[in-house]
Amino acid sequence: MIQLQSICKTFRVAKRKSGFKQAAKAFFSREFETVHALDNVSFTVNDGEMVGYIGPNGAGKSTTIKIMCGILTPNSGACVIDGRTPWKERAAHVRHIGVVFGQRSQLWWDVPVCDSFDLIRDIYRVDENAYRQTLDELTELLNLSELLKTPTRSLSLGQRMRCEIAASLLHRPDMLFLDEPTIGLDAVSKIAVRQFIKRLNREHGTTVILTTHDMQDIEALTERILLIGKGRILLDGSLEELRRRASVQKTLVVEYAGAQPALSAGMTLTEAREGRMVITLDPAVCKASEAIAKIAAQTEVTDVSVSGISAEEMVAALYQEYEI
Amino acid sequence: MKAYLSVFRIRFAHAIQYRAAAVAGMVTQYAWGFMELLMFSAFYRVNPDAFPMTFQQTVNYIWIQQAFLALFMTWFWENEIFETITTGAIAYEMVRPLDLYGRWFSQSAATRVARCVLRALPILVVAFVIPGPLRMTLPPDAGQFLLFLLSALLALGVVVAFSMLIYISTFYTLSAVGARVVAAVVVDFLAGGTVPLPFFPSALRAVVELTPFAAMQNMPLRIYSGNIAGTDAALGIALQLFWLAVLVFAGRRWMMKAQAKVIVQGG
Repeated sequence: MIQLQSICKTFRVAKRKSGFKQAAKAFFSREFETVHALDNVSFTVNDGEMVGYIGPNGAGKSTTIKIMCGILTPNSGACVIDGRTPWKERAAHVRHIGVVFGQRSQLWWDVPVCDSFDLIRDIYRVDENAYRQTLDELTELLNLSELLKTPTRSLSLGQRMRCEIAASLLHRPDMLFLDEPTIGLDAVSKIAVRQFIKRLNREHGTTVILTTHDMQDIEALTERILLIGKGRILLDGSLEELRRRASVQKTLVVEYAGAQPALSAGMTLTEAREGRMVITLDPAVCKASEAIAKIAAQTEVTDVSVSGISAEEMVAALYQEYEI
Repeated sequence: MKAYLSVFRIRFAHAIQYRAAAVAGMVTQYAWGFMELLMFSAFYRVNPDAFPMTFQQTVNYIWIQQAFLALFMTWFWENEIFETITTGAIAYEMVRPLDLYGRWFSQSAATRVARCVLRALPILVVAFVIPGPLRMTLPPDAGQFLLFLLSALLALGVVVAFSMLIYISTFYTLSAVGARVVAAVVVDFLAGGTVPLPFFPSALRAVVELTPFAAMQNMPLRIYSGNIAGTDAALGIALQLFWLAVLVFAGRRWMMKAQAKVIVQGG
């Protein structure tokens, strides 16, 4: 179980304006600005849960992950993961977690992937039999057999990311932190990674926390979402709840033959042409199905399509709503 | 312990891949060794009694120095460690149940040993067969040779423990260029990399011989050549042990402090 309670973390950042004069001034006295990377962050994640951690760039996602990994020490607050405080008992804690930092690599650049894996096995003191078994399973699921003998430098990004994920799981961690695991991957690799994470969570009960900017990751993977902005947790709920919060409007495009139908409450006409109209619906007032029924009662509908906003747009709307 | 050995092994495997670099390094060391010896032989020809070491001792000193350069050079750095800190890749190092000091220590030692293995033998072979006064000789006796081996191992430890301090300073400065330049010039000189310590003015020599720098290449090279023997050799090895312990202790403490306030660069 992961419990964070009122975690605060500030960084001091040296600031100066551009220009030589400013640079010279900064040489003698630097001005610092305190950045509140995390401001009273609290949440609890139960064993076996899969949580999506979203927020714009610089919101504090990676900082939270690093605190949970024991890399960073917060200024105040408590974090207890399976009974341990990560930064106080780092060595004991990291034995039980796996981490993937999507923007960095844990594989040795110039040697075959399997050499890096062997090193990780020795670092975590994984028993040889258990290691073989895990590696075989990961090789099959992530389709690594061709890649293991290749030096890391010769792998494509998608191939490397599959190896990175495998590397993080060789010691069979109880929980997995994924910091942007699908960044820069093509569609096929993304889907492969997602399927694998899902399976891992289902079959091994691994707790997964993942940060991402790709809302399809969230849609495909997680039930629960934590939205963070400017260092604060703004929302903790399901994707559905989030949709509701984002006051999602739907767009209805109707093509018809005959007279233009009249609109009722909750429908706003945004575009009208001969035989075609685009209506914006407020689903709180009028459901899409009701709207279609009402319109169909008045005229002969030849074609109709309903589109909600994508998860992407929804999150963008949320960011705007919270001004983050 | 096994984990550190594995780090050593993978690093070793990694370092012996670069054969061309090894050949180039070897050529440099032949050239450098010959030049240095020609210079010394010119001095010795003027007045062989004016020097604190016999010519043969100096010859042995320089050939061993060239052969084992990779073990003792104080101007060589693991760029990966600097990069790890300045780019933030250290995040991955810190999620391992491994002590970072030990990990970097074994990594640095492995690179040096690997580079040395590739270069030492050919240099030694040539140094033992060239005719004339520049030919290298075996140490006075087997005991002296064993002392040399022990001292060489300790010197490697002291050099690596010293460079660890420079690596750790990168946590604070983000660029170790300054510290590296100073270490390259000053430390190499004080360790006897340019001229052996007995050639120093006696006042300076008395001070330098107590510093950790004297516990670096100075000690094994002089033990091999027979310039230091018997009780002096034992005392020298004690000095090496002392400095190794002090540097490792200081490095570990400092590393712990640095880690507590580490900031991962680059998001």
